[in-house]
Amino acid sequence: MDYKEIIAKFADMPGGIIQAYHALLDEFSYLPEEAVVEAARVFKMSTAEAYGVATFYSMFSVNTRGKNVIRICESAPCHVAGAADVVAAMEKTLGIKMGETTADGRFTLEFTECVGQCQATPVITVNGKPYLDISADKIPAILAECK
Amino acid sequence: MAEEMRIVLRNYGKVDPLNIDTYVAQGGYQSLDKARSMDKAALMAEVKKSNLRGRGGAGFNCGMKWTFAAGAQADQKYVIANADEGEPGTYKDRLIMENDPQSLIEGMAVCAYAIGATKGFIYLRGEYPELVSTLNAAIAQAKDKGFLKDFDLEVRRGAGAYVCGEETALIESIEGKRGEPRFKPPFPPVIGLWGKPTIVNNIETYANIPAILEKGADWYAGIGNAAYPGTKVFTLTGDVVNKTFFEVPTNITVRQLIFDFGGGIVGGKKFKAAQIGGTSGCFIPESLLDTEVAFDTMGAAGLSLGTGATFVMDETRDIVDIVTRIAGFFEHESCGKCAPCREGTMRTAEIMEKINEGKGSVKDTALLDKLGTVMSYSCLCGLGQAAPSPVLTTIKHFAADYEAKFK
Repeated sequence: MDYKEIIAKFADMPGGIIQAYHALLDEFSYLPEEAVVEAARVFKMSTAEAYGVATFYSMFSVNTRGKNVIRICESAPCHVAGAADVVAAMEKTLGIKMGETTADGRFTLEFTECVGQCQATPVITVNGKPYLDISADKIPAILAECK
Repeated sequence: MAEEMRIVLRNYGKVDPLNIDTYVAQGGYQSLDKARSMDKAALMAEVKKSNLRGRGGAGFNCGMKWTFAAGAQADQKYVIANADEGEPGTYKDRLIMENDPQSLIEGMAVCAYAIGATKGFIYLRGEYPELVSTLNAAIAQAKDKGFLKDFDLEVRRGAGAYVCGEETALIESIEGKRGEPRFKPPFPPVIGLWGKPTIVNNIETYANIPAILEKGADWYAGIGNAAYPGTKVFTLTGDVVNKTFFEVPTNITVRQLIFDFGGGIVGGKKFKAAQIGGTSGCFIPESLLDTEVAFDTMGAAGLSLGTGATFVMDETRDIVDIVTRIAGFFEHESCGKCAPCREGTMRTAEIMEKINEGKGSVKDTALLDKLGTVMSYSCLCGLGQAAPSPVLTTIKHFAADYEAKFK
């Protein structure tokens, strides 16, 4: 769907820009510049303010991302459960560093803080969906699920 | 051994979250009917008398908060549920919403009636996308059944900002802005969402309301610690045998929580430290394990209850490394609005990294101590005020761990 159509769906919702950004994220994995400019117009704020909202929240990105965004939790419970090993294994498997995107545009690796699934650490999310008790040997199957 | 007592999780495993009839079969929505048959002032007096105090970490008397919004004159008032639980190690609110969303909705509807609000929001953290449909389905069913009457309820998603757990930052976020805290006063019950009187309560707080109305304020006030009665849901993480959740009366001790409920330390190792309340919580040494978990008893011991997240560390854990990671968390999550927090969290992380790399000295811990103390009283909101707690309490209780890292 076109970014203008996506944003228009939230035009009547007071304070709806964040919900519109979520919908844009579902479509594009990031917030394209023209979409931020359009959101500013629709929600009657300056481009600077719309950009300020886009860059304040860690789930949003104004830079291009891969089709699948993998986030590795680095909060204390995951930290002591071996998040660093998950990071190392993920970087090795995908051949990129944290914060980078694979050359084919399929995967982006990011850190996240706690995602609230602390009963089974360490935790990662793929496009928002949590995967629990992660170890290096579980990574290939998780990646194979991704489009 | 002390026993679990389920009030907010009373329907856990007994109801189908996607079928309101199963909630009604457990007595659901009878408390809302009862509330609506009561005089509003008497209803709030009942909630106040139960001495239910906010379960998000601030511990304010819930009924008293409601009276502030009820007394404010306005053409519109709002009821908000704070489902932005971002404290690392905390997932109690997710448990409630996943398993028994109607308890939350009923509690919010009682509040709406009490203060005279017709519009409510559940501000759900962005990290819980799968709960959006559960909550929307639950709201739709409650509307269809006619339980909500003129109370309109909407789910709004956050997008990954810890500071939005602070109620005024949360309000800014619902308004579609950067989630930066406001100056207080005025407090939200007087001037809140879109400038209107607004009640913001935690999910666990709302989930207590139907049970309190069903069984009475006196029943609730008699459970657990008298000054902070009722139960608290704790989520255990780290090196504890039972990495799960427990709902217990508030007069159990930290030791009972970790060793009786938690089953002790994994692998028969020795206990070293626990951090209760999430990542902004204080570190607890062995000598303070017999402290009762209630809000004020923890405070009197120089500790905090916070959200009830309980992070346990065994004797092999590197406390300085863990606190360094925590300092990195606050540097990342500081919103940047006020200088003491923006600069303070950054410098704290910098100094902690220096110590963790073996390049620090006693001068650095002295500086951290001073910086943390200044932050605790000069930062604008709870984030910056609580951020130094892990640093200050580990310098106090685990000085040997720091000394071992000095060059």
